[in-house]
Amino acid sequence: MAIEVRIPTILRSYTGGAKVVEGSGDTLNDLLTDLDSRHGGLRARLVTEAGALHRFVNVYVNDEDVRFLGALDAKLSDGDSVTILPAVAGGALGFAAAAAISRHSAAAGAIAQHNAGRRSPATAG
Amino acid sequence: MTGTASRSVSAGARLVGVLSIDRSIVDAIVAHARRDHPDEACGVVAGPVGSDKPTRHIPMQNAARSMTFYEFDSMEQLRLWREMDDRDEEPIVIYHSHTATEAYPSRTDIAFAGEPGAHYLLVSTREPDTEEIRSFRIVDGVVTEEPVRILDAGVDPHAVQSYMFGQSPATVDYECSGS
Repeated sequence: MAIEVRIPTILRSYTGGAKVVEGSGDTLNDLLTDLDSRHGGLRARLVTEAGALHRFVNVYVNDEDVRFLGALDAKLSDGDSVTILPAVAGGALGFAAAAAISRHSAAAGAIAQHNAGRRSPATAG
Repeated sequence: MTGTASRSVSAGARLVGVLSIDRSIVDAIVAHARRDHPDEACGVVAGPVGSDKPTRHIPMQNAARSMTFYEFDSMEQLRLWREMDDRDEEPIVIYHSHTATEAYPSRTDIAFAGEPGAHYLLVSTREPDTEEIRSFRIVDGVVTEEPVRILDAGVDPHAVQSYMFGQSPATVDYECSGS
C-alpha cells in the first residue's frame, strides 16, 4: 500500500533531493523502517536511539500531529499522507540566559532597595 | 576586541551573505517582539521560492509562552507550511526574540535550527528603548552571522542602507552602496 511522504528541505539529502516519496507500513514505525531501506539514514534523523520520535521534528498524518495519534505507533492506511517538518523552536534558555536573568533580578532588587531608601532614608542600605 | 574589525563586508570571510529586508517588515517584527515582551515572540517572513526575498510577514504564536523558549504551534506550522507550498513560497526568514539576552543564537537555537536555507533573525528586547537585530545562517550546527540590509522602499527604492546592528566586533556601522 502506498503512503505519500513529504520530506522537508533539510532531509532531502536522504531522498536524492525528492520532495515527496512513497512508502508502506501499518504504523508510522513500519513506514519509517520501510523508507530507511531505500533512503538509508533517514530513520535515524527522526527516531532517537531510545526508539522515540525526535523532539526536533514534527510528523503529521494527514492533518494531525502524530504526537496525538500514538507517535510511532500511529496507524496508517493506504492513501494517507505523511508530512515531516522540522520543529521550529529555540530560545535563550541556557546558561547565558540564566546568568542574564539573575543579573536582572539583582538589578531589580537594587532598584527596589534604592526606591525604598528614597521613601525612607533611614532604612537605606 | 577590535572596534575597527571590518569596514568592508568582503573582508569578513564569515560574512557569506546578506539579509535584505524591507523596513516595514522589520518594524512589524520589532512591534511583535515588543508586544509579546517579556515572552519570546516568533514568526516567519515568507517569500517566493529561490528569490531570497522576504515579502510576507506571518507572526506565529509562541506555543511555549515562555521568556526563555519559543516553539511554533505544530498545527499552525503545518497550515503555514502548506500555504507556503501552495503559493510557491518558502520561509526566507525565521525570527524570534530574546528578551533578556543578546540577539545571538543560543545552543538551543542551534540545536533546533532545521531550515538551512532560512535567515535566522534575532531581535533582543532587553533594552526598553533600542532593539538589537542580527541575522544568522545556521547550517549543521555552524552559525554564520550576516549583515542586515534594510530597504527603504517607501522612500527611495534606489537608496539602500546596509549595516549590521548590535555591538559585535564585526559590526559594519554604516555602509552605503549604490546597488
